[in-house]
Amino acid sequence: MTRILVVRILVFLTIVLGVNYVAWRWLASVNWEAWWIAVPLVAAETYSLIDVILFGVTVWRIKKERPKEPMPDGRTVDVFIATYNEPIELVMTTARAAKAIRYPHRTWVLDDGDRPELKRAAEAAGIGYITRSPDWAGRPRHAKAGNLNNALMSTDGEFLLILDADQIPVPEILDETLPYFHDEKVALVQTPQVFSNVATGDPLGSQAPLFYGPIQEGKDGWNAAFFCGSNAVLRREALMQLGIRGYVADVEATVAEALDASATALRRARRRADALATEVLTEAYEAVRQARRELRSGVAFGELTFRVQERVRQAERRLVDRQLAAVRDDLAALGLLEPGEDETQIDLEAAVDVLASRELSPLGALGTVAATLNKIDVSRSHEAQPVLPVATISVTEDMATSMRMHASGWSSRFHSHTLAYGLAPEDLGTMLTQRLRWAQGTMQVMLKENPLFLRGLSLGQKLMYFSTMWSYLGGFATIVYIAAPVAYLCFGVMPVDAWNVDFFVRFIPFFIINQFLFLAAARGAPTWRGQQYSFALFPVWIRAVTSAVNNVWFGRELGFSVTKKTRDSEHRNQWGLVRWQIAAAVVLAVSAIVGVIRLTAGLGEPIGTFVNVVWIIFDMVILSVLVWAVRYDGYDAAQQQQQQRKEQEA
Amino acid sequence: MAFTTEERGDITLVHASGMLTMNTAPQLREVVSGAITSGARKIAVDLSGVEFIDSSGLGALVGSLKAARQAEGDLRIGGASSQVLMVLKLTNLDRVLTPHESAADAFTA
Repeated sequence: MTRILVVRILVFLTIVLGVNYVAWRWLASVNWEAWWIAVPLVAAETYSLIDVILFGVTVWRIKKERPKEPMPDGRTVDVFIATYNEPIELVMTTARAAKAIRYPHRTWVLDDGDRPELKRAAEAAGIGYITRSPDWAGRPRHAKAGNLNNALMSTDGEFLLILDADQIPVPEILDETLPYFHDEKVALVQTPQVFSNVATGDPLGSQAPLFYGPIQEGKDGWNAAFFCGSNAVLRREALMQLGIRGYVADVEATVAEALDASATALRRARRRADALATEVLTEAYEAVRQARRELRSGVAFGELTFRVQERVRQAERRLVDRQLAAVRDDLAALGLLEPGEDETQIDLEAAVDVLASRELSPLGALGTVAATLNKIDVSRSHEAQPVLPVATISVTEDMATSMRMHASGWSSRFHSHTLAYGLAPEDLGTMLTQRLRWAQGTMQVMLKENPLFLRGLSLGQKLMYFSTMWSYLGGFATIVYIAAPVAYLCFGVMPVDAWNVDFFVRFIPFFIINQFLFLAAARGAPTWRGQQYSFALFPVWIRAVTSAVNNVWFGRELGFSVTKKTRDSEHRNQWGLVRWQIAAAVVLAVSAIVGVIRLTAGLGEPIGTFVNVVWIIFDMVILSVLVWAVRYDGYDAAQQQQQQRKEQEA
Repeated sequence: MAFTTEERGDITLVHASGMLTMNTAPQLREVVSGAITSGARKIAVDLSGVEFIDSSGLGALVGSLKAARQAEGDLRIGGASSQVLMVLKLTNLDRVLTPHESAADAFTA
């Protein structure tokens, strides 16, 4: 109780001091003569203030309630272990641990790699094995979301525990999470993701104690704890309901679009068609127009689409009938066929059946017409399954799924006790790929289904989802924070009117209280590593935003790859991965030297130079984490080194 | 849950009864795809005996509709109880599948 009070007081002070500082920056201290750096800097500071305010709103409602009443045995649970290319032994270790979970359940390996060895291993251990059904051939696979959707169709448990291939669960995982589902509105219980192969000091910033602590607890307080893809229990009914609603929305959009496209295509085709085809095209056009009228008057899509298709099919059939009758008359006239000859009669009828099918009919010859007509359908035939419960709009299916759940009125809970231990990437390259993927996925959701405009979410829920998205925009602010001291120290350009008492009395209290807020909210969990990486990975965040924009608005590929759970044994040149950060560090170091030289030459001003050099030192300390990351050799090597050091000391 | 099928002219009636939920949904899909394989094109699912339906049950109806459409046929529903109607409305599925008064009349109404 006292802790939440302390946190709230600090949130209040941070917001008051922050608004005071940034308002002063905008109103009284922007150096408009150097607007090209002054405006970006004050904009970056405003960005950071909003980020801090959103963090404050999150932790305002930190919640840690646990249900007391256990869930009696007898509810049905499926445990899903999703795998794509992880080593068989790694998957089986998780699968065996999953099988040993105490609460009665069934365990399934969901193998997207379709590997016979894994199938044999799973079956030998008495564990279920699922791969994609034949429906998926030649259709979008939707990565992990598709894998889960496929498995949902061939299992029937009321609850689903989802585990990544490397996340080894403890036996009590279901006993601790199922009780939350006594509340019929609860659709999701997320537990932390913690990694067992992380060396002392966490050189790659793998652990996320701030996220899987105060941030998720705070989101929980707003009923907005997120699904994070693994170590979570979901209610099947909620997922299926999302799937059905998604299906209806997709059908609605597809049918309206296909009717419009068909009308256009038919009108064009009619202008160029011969007399016979014109009749069919006219009939088809009338059918489409009637369907559009029905759609507007609220007729259900099922019957409307069926009627259009039937009418077109009958018209096609009549045409083929007539063509074949003409053929038959011609043959009779040539004396090649006795009129009414039985066998041929039957053959001709079979021929009508074949020739009237869409591919061979006269409309089939008009390629675009046939293609658009085929899209007037409710079976969502471009997808493998009509119902796709797990969201497929993003490479990170998890956030979008929980957001839609919240929007349709379901609740979620965060359980802060660790119940599964996984493996984090052990080299910089893999880690960077993983961070890029998360950031890209988050940006995709923001661009495709912005929570601020999603109906059904409460204001708090909107802010909680938006807060995470907002934090991924930080790469642009970082660039400004690096450029501003360079501009001053090298060229004497001041983005701020003056670094004087007015500046210090507003900035320093805000900065200090803000740090206290982090400390109080995190309760001693190490958060510095996370702060370093959120600054130091600026090229990753920028690339995530630009690639997501290109993908969502311009339909380009994301260039996305699955995170590997095992370490690359071959060393690529790791320094190349952080070339932008190295460039930034070099520019910053040179600027500091230039600044000091300019000061001694009487060109600079002492306080300004001092502030900017301190700023640069702060930036460099943050970036230094990457030196350690590049040189990190993985968990085993780190353990060995530590062992050797202990032996030497002894 | 029990499913029985009945031929009425060119319409195949599938009578469902009991609970159409995650446990029984796969059976419905099997019954319908069996009927399609043996030549049925107009399938009417009679829901008058269904006391309770969940989203998995709706999923099975959608899956069956897809199977019927791919065979150039159609699937319609009729006789839904108030609980079933409520779930259809809640998920907007009534925008795709019109709930008819009775399954037997679903293709004539």
